[in-house]
Amino acid sequence: MTTLMNENFKKRIKFALHNKSMREAIKKATTILKNNRLKAAEEMGDWDEWRQRGKDIRSHVIANLDYYLKQFADNVRAKGGKVYYAGQAEDVIQVVMEIVNQHQAKTVAKSKSMISEEVHLNKALYDRGIEAIETDLAEYIIQLAEEPPSHIIVPAIHKNRNEIADLFSKEAGKEISSDTPSLNAFARKTLREKFLTADIGLTGCNFAIAETGSIVLVSNEGNGRMVSTLPKVHIVLMGMERIVPNFSDLEAVLNLLPRSATGQKYTSYTSIISGPSHPGELDGPEEMHVIIVDNGRTNLLGEKDFQEALRCIRCGACFNVCPVYRQIGGHAYGSVYGGPIGAVITPLLNNDLKNWGELPYASSLCAACSEACPVMIPLHELLVKLRYRRFKAGYTSSMEHMAFKVFRHYFGNPRRYRFAMKSGYYLQRPLMRGNHLEGGPTPLSGWTNSRYFPAVAQKPFRQRWDEIQKGSEER
Amino acid sequence: MGGSLLRASLFITCIADNFFPKVGDSVVKILRKNGVDLDFPKDQTCCGQPAFNAGYWDEAKDLAKGLIRTFEKSEYVVSPSGSCVAMIKHDYPQLFAGDQLWESRVKELVSKTYEFSQFLVNVLKIEDLGARQQVKVVYHPSCHATRIMEIHEEPIKLLHNVKELELLELPNADQCCGFGGTFSVKMAAVSEEIVEEKVRNILESGADIVTGTDLGCLMNIGGRLEHQGHSVQAIHIAQLLAEGMEA
Repeated sequence: MTTLMNENFKKRIKFALHNKSMREAIKKATTILKNNRLKAAEEMGDWDEWRQRGKDIRSHVIANLDYYLKQFADNVRAKGGKVYYAGQAEDVIQVVMEIVNQHQAKTVAKSKSMISEEVHLNKALYDRGIEAIETDLAEYIIQLAEEPPSHIIVPAIHKNRNEIADLFSKEAGKEISSDTPSLNAFARKTLREKFLTADIGLTGCNFAIAETGSIVLVSNEGNGRMVSTLPKVHIVLMGMERIVPNFSDLEAVLNLLPRSATGQKYTSYTSIISGPSHPGELDGPEEMHVIIVDNGRTNLLGEKDFQEALRCIRCGACFNVCPVYRQIGGHAYGSVYGGPIGAVITPLLNNDLKNWGELPYASSLCAACSEACPVMIPLHELLVKLRYRRFKAGYTSSMEHMAFKVFRHYFGNPRRYRFAMKSGYYLQRPLMRGNHLEGGPTPLSGWTNSRYFPAVAQKPFRQRWDEIQKGSEER
Repeated sequence: MGGSLLRASLFITCIADNFFPKVGDSVVKILRKNGVDLDFPKDQTCCGQPAFNAGYWDEAKDLAKGLIRTFEKSEYVVSPSGSCVAMIKHDYPQLFAGDQLWESRVKELVSKTYEFSQFLVNVLKIEDLGARQQVKVVYHPSCHATRIMEIHEEPIKLLHNVKELELLELPNADQCCGFGGTFSVKMAAVSEEIVEEKVRNILESGADIVTGTDLGCLMNIGGRLEHQGHSVQAIHIAQLLAEGMEA
């Protein structure tokens, strides 16, 4: 793997900044996605009212999650499906393996599922001699590259067409040209064969409808439909917070999701699946297994400050507007979830601010993420709250805390403030070049390496004010 | 100016006070010319945003309390920064939520505090300062000013009314400049890449001057422009407007 997942965040960022083709690919794609979203939102009209409705629906569900989960599970069972609760990653793998073993399955055809990424299902299956086949084109690409997704909607956003052609050529054992028709033709032919022979189909779940026990898949490639229809067994991996109460609420969130994700009014395929095939139906799987996954989500439940993040409908809009993601891409975050939402939920899902506590600093707090979020998660505020929490947990450096204590000491008192700034004026002299500073110790050098820093004025405004006053009185 | 004067206090911000004092001169000149009885409470220091954003909320609270006390007697508080005003109006209530001693005092400060261009256009109802400047300008809409303070049209109206000033379009204007306070040193390498993109967009616009409501951003953008040897200048909107007015 070429992503340095085990290195620390700073090193991963440095590595990412050197990856020119990745950065170009991400800039290009996110700009298009962002502009498409803005256009779609404008055409829709009353966008903020729709956002408010999405927020209300999702907040209500999260606040009453136990009720809706029970309703959903009951209705899945009533429709002939089986329901499992999986607390942690291992539990998910255990349940999947039980189903695989029951059917002596050798291959699992998958459509896109972020939960599968969360629990590293492909590797777990591989280790147990089971072949996992990614049928989503982008997931297939990164599976060939042996990389994690770098964007929750566009997992291979960091790859350009030449890199994709190289991967396909290697897989095909012959040269595949890098034009879109050739790439598509290869992927279609290879994947379609696999759909038809897979023992089990596994999908994610964009939304789950409590009132009917249905799961909703949103895709543009139709692979979700094939994976959930052709194999005899259908496994659904569902985050426990994916629920909407009923079809009317589904309409609201389905208005928000594709528009926010890609700028589409609706995706090419929206599949609503209610149980396995019933007697008399011509197609569909014989069994449907819905695995409801926690994997850290309950850490956020009941947390006044952070529960809001569970509203997320995984549209990726926050990725596409984030100036930091734009420069470093998804892999640098080191988590399955990158971008602003990833920087918020990764430390929380893992309940680990020690190892993941640096992610919330990957933001200039520009609030573009909060503005783009279709369910109004105040992402930039949550990032600041996580920084506060990290400090309270004792994981910030004592040097940093000392610096802010010094800041309080001098800037918290007008007399000391004046003294500090006057001292600053004299202390800066060795670094002064004309009206700006160059070089200096860290952290100042972080700035001055690439920018001039203004020099402290000889006469600060408060002193000039006295002169202005004197002047106006004399007049 | 007839009638009673409108009384307001200037919150200069620590950046303007110490690094860009001319911006303060400009605000004074513009507000006084337009009939504001302006004072400058000397006990003011910093709004505390650097500490707040870094997660040091106790430290931020101390500074916030100082600022609240300083402007307790003011009728209006005006500041040449969308970001510092956003800190007061948006983050102080959060910082003091549930604090019975301070909540009402925060509320009072929040209700009377304005960013400079909003104060001019929305309170004083002034859009034309009678200024004249033959320059090509782009406006950088700072993130906190636009997304939190919802300052959109006010600076544009003021700039449009400067005679001979040509307001050009800034590509990808809504993109952050990469300042972000401590972000600019904590994640300096990323910050550099972001500001470089901003600079390229400014250069593409063909402007001589980039202006805006916030000195943090302008210090970042201007520092990069100068470091890279470009002649485009970053100037706060108050200064740009004041320079076009008669003395």
